[in-house]
Amino acid sequence: MLDVRSCASLSEAAGIISGDRQALLIAGGTLVMREVNEGRLTEGTLLRVTDPAFRQVNASGGRVEIGAGVTMAMVLANRDLSYLHAPARGIGGPAIRTMATIGGNLFAETPYGDFTVALLALGAEVVVQAGYGSGRAVPLEDFLAGRERGGQGLVTAVQFARPQNPSEFLFRKISRVKPKGISVLSIAAHLPTSGGRLVQPRVAYGAMAPVPMRARGVERALDGKPLDTAAIQAAKQAALEGTRPATDAIASDWYRREILPVHLGRLLAGEPR
Amino acid sequence: MLEMRKDLFADERDDNLNVVGKGVQRQDAPGHVTARTRFFDDHAFDGLLHLKVVRSPHHHARIRAIDVSAAERAPGVKRVLRGADVPVNKNTLLSLINFGKDDEPTLAVDKARYKGEPIVAIIADSEAEALAARKLVRIDYEPLNPVFDVEEALKPGAPVVNETYPGNYFEYHQRFDHQKLRFGDVERAFAQADHVVEHRYQMSPIEHAPTETNGTIAAPEHNDRYVVHSCAQGLFFSLGTTAKIVDLESNRLHFIGGTVGGGFGGKVDSLSEPLAVLGAMLTGRPVRYVLDREEEMLYGSPRGAERIYVKDGVMRDGRIVARYIRSYFDAGAYTRLSSYAAIKCTAHVPGPYSIPNVASDIYVAYTNRCPSTAMRGFGVTAVDFALEVQMDRLAEAVNMDPMEFRILNAYRDGDMKAHRRVAKNTALVECVQVAAEKANWPISEQARRASSLTEGGGERAQIPATPLDQRGQIGRPESRNGPATQTLPAGTTRIALSKQPVFEGARDSRPTPVQVPRYEPSPRQEAPRYDPAVAPPLPAYQPAASPPPAAPPPTAPAQPQHGAVRFSSVFGTRRR
Amino acid sequence: MAKLPVQFRLNGSDRAGFVDPAGNLLDLLRRGLGDFAPKYGCGQGTCGVCTVLIDGEPQLSCLTLAISCEGRQIETASGMADGPNLHPLQQAFMDNFAAQCGFCTPGMLTAARALLAKNPNPTRDEVVEAISGNICRCTGYEPIIAAILAAAAGGAGMRRA
Repeated sequence: MLDVRSCASLSEAAGIISGDRQALLIAGGTLVMREVNEGRLTEGTLLRVTDPAFRQVNASGGRVEIGAGVTMAMVLANRDLSYLHAPARGIGGPAIRTMATIGGNLFAETPYGDFTVALLALGAEVVVQAGYGSGRAVPLEDFLAGRERGGQGLVTAVQFARPQNPSEFLFRKISRVKPKGISVLSIAAHLPTSGGRLVQPRVAYGAMAPVPMRARGVERALDGKPLDTAAIQAAKQAALEGTRPATDAIASDWYRREILPVHLGRLLAGEPR
Repeated sequence: MLEMRKDLFADERDDNLNVVGKGVQRQDAPGHVTARTRFFDDHAFDGLLHLKVVRSPHHHARIRAIDVSAAERAPGVKRVLRGADVPVNKNTLLSLINFGKDDEPTLAVDKARYKGEPIVAIIADSEAEALAARKLVRIDYEPLNPVFDVEEALKPGAPVVNETYPGNYFEYHQRFDHQKLRFGDVERAFAQADHVVEHRYQMSPIEHAPTETNGTIAAPEHNDRYVVHSCAQGLFFSLGTTAKIVDLESNRLHFIGGTVGGGFGGKVDSLSEPLAVLGAMLTGRPVRYVLDREEEMLYGSPRGAERIYVKDGVMRDGRIVARYIRSYFDAGAYTRLSSYAAIKCTAHVPGPYSIPNVASDIYVAYTNRCPSTAMRGFGVTAVDFALEVQMDRLAEAVNMDPMEFRILNAYRDGDMKAHRRVAKNTALVECVQVAAEKANWPISEQARRASSLTEGGGERAQIPATPLDQRGQIGRPESRNGPATQTLPAGTTRIALSKQPVFEGARDSRPTPVQVPRYEPSPRQEAPRYDPAVAPPLPAYQPAASPPPAAPPPTAPAQPQHGAVRFSSVFGTRRR
Repeated sequence: MAKLPVQFRLNGSDRAGFVDPAGNLLDLLRRGLGDFAPKYGCGQGTCGVCTVLIDGEPQLSCLTLAISCEGRQIETASGMADGPNLHPLQQAFMDNFAAQCGFCTPGMLTAARALLAKNPNPTRDEVVEAISGNICRCTGYEPIIAAILAAAAGGAGMRRA
């Protein structure tokens, strides 16, 4: 039978998670309760964290930190996080957004997890606490690579450098159902410029690989170039590098590959879907 | 918005009706908006038990052994059910109207025929306990080769899906592996057509996805009956099915329904009622069995997939002179309502068009996929999609506007349909005209002036001479390409049945050993040999079809009809 | 495993029940407390028929641990009418034929109520977004959108939400 424990501090929860392989954190419940409701999760302990730090946002400075228990609705209510409103609004309906958390989204299986795609383009790090010690920051890409193995510890927050110019952060989720549905794919791009040229752009995809991925080919094609027709054309040509999309109920791998360059081109050119 | 075009349908409706044509408040709306409407699951019972089902993870596998001992000892478990606990563990839905053979177990015993087939049911104090115990059931499977493609399934040597139908096809009229339609001579017309256009169409299964999943609560009642809160779309259909499977007199079942949280055809299969009632009988407690969403999506029956071949002969001037349709319904592992889908499909071809030569062969094939069932126009919608795409392709082939092409070929009042019924109240011409008007699609003056009321009947009311064949006899796959064997004379409105259906068996839903209609042989009627060069004379005893009289015929007094006879018209066994 | 007590306000009344530690709010409301307004539709957060308001925010009761609701305010569609007088949204759903089978209706009403509480004069796009987590398989949504806009135009959001 499943038990539930409430933890008043993050380190208490981290300690239990490190010591008990059958302990699982529950935040918004959108992932864990499904497993319970459908009978896949019937043994072990669910951990609730009541520590206020878990739901804290620090977004005013140059380094942004968002607690793992912060919900999509809280992101949407925070004006300092306006560049993250598009990905937050893309998650479910209003009821899901009052529940679903940033931390949970890091664990959402493809084709879910669109907010994580945005964090990847922001170059975010995941704060992971193992045992009762203090947390360490892990690059999101490394975190995602090891996600399936599990056992990394308790995710307490995400951190990233605030984009200097919010208009240089782009996000688009492509789904077949309007106003929204599950992702066929999603694209996030952070495109800082200096002197009219892109400087170390970061582009990330959702649903184009088993976990959200960086589009290195696109980044190389854009780096140091002005964002003009030629650069966008080069980006489209490099769009599929490293992608390994799946065929699922939403789309075939073929369809995902076909439409990715099209939507990437439109996003970069500032054109509507 | 709905609009009654009085210019087109002046006599169709009285304008002074109180309800028809008016906006009237639905009587169930107050209950819906106040959340007082009670759906099957909205009933409180003390001591309610919860039933969960163990399903096959294999598409096709022999069941070697089932071990439920650990599940029976699990906390909260009150009872574990297996196939042997089900009193009549083989049924087909349409056995209630004597159509088809019992072919589907409630809980699979020796073999699983599709992924998700129920094998064991667990009844426990809580859902969580039933789910936990479900993991403790051990089943030893021997995987078998599955078949997923309808045409592959019909080939000799294909894995046998459902032993009740060893050829992997539903058996029609105890004679054929498919349902036939023959009207005129399509082969001769193809030979004479300017263009022959043939295409293959395929559609996938479609899930109804009702917001309320299938489910039932059954509980012992004070008067030696069981009350059953059911989601069924056809409540008495489900009552009869349940009574048969649990082997109770139907008057001991008190079904309550009428509120269905979305059905669309997906709640006619009695997926949950029999096990819930059986659970209540065996535990003496209320039992609730509700599919979860994954079960509903993957294992609740869908609209079946169809593969359709359409072959048309068309003349340069745009007249379609022949249409042949060969279609395959994917029944999945069991019949459920697919046998009926093929009948509906046959009744619908060749679509709303006057075509002088029509033939169709509609198959129901068994595969190791989830059994399919009813869904909004099943048997009709997919073939309509195929036919309308085909119409666009034909219009292109003869270089005609697709709207005008449809108006040219649309049936008109008085035309003879391929089923030897005269078309009445036709309106396709007007529908296309209005669609063109709404879409600002230019059509010619001639097409605009066309009317369903004119140009029909006459020569178009004739029934042509029709070659017949014995292709596709049960158990003889080599007969699928046999030659024509005889010709029905022109004007023959019906084929004389060589076998008379005799319906028997209990009507109170008690199980009967055989639910197949028995046919009595009658002397074979001699028909002229097939000779396309000779048009046989009109037989004097056949009423020649003619355009309908201007005045409506006198209404015949309604005859009380027996259920089986009433339904038999649907299945083509009724003689008119 | 021992059941745990939980107490909260449901539609303005104090209610209490005992639940399995990992039991969800939907089961407690329906099986424990007899409020059948929220429905089970998917158990995974896709359909919205179990939507309730928790401290005024729309949430999915099938994904909410019942014990996390201790001391909170929970509102369901059962509590929308004021005695015999329908809430303007309920009346608008009747007038606009926004309920067909009725199964999604309590969740739809709750989602709409949450919208109008925050935004008494929503645009059509805002209405669409507000019910984007609620699936209706009968109506095609248009009558529902029309009903919510009609209720807003009639001042439903201003009067009481």
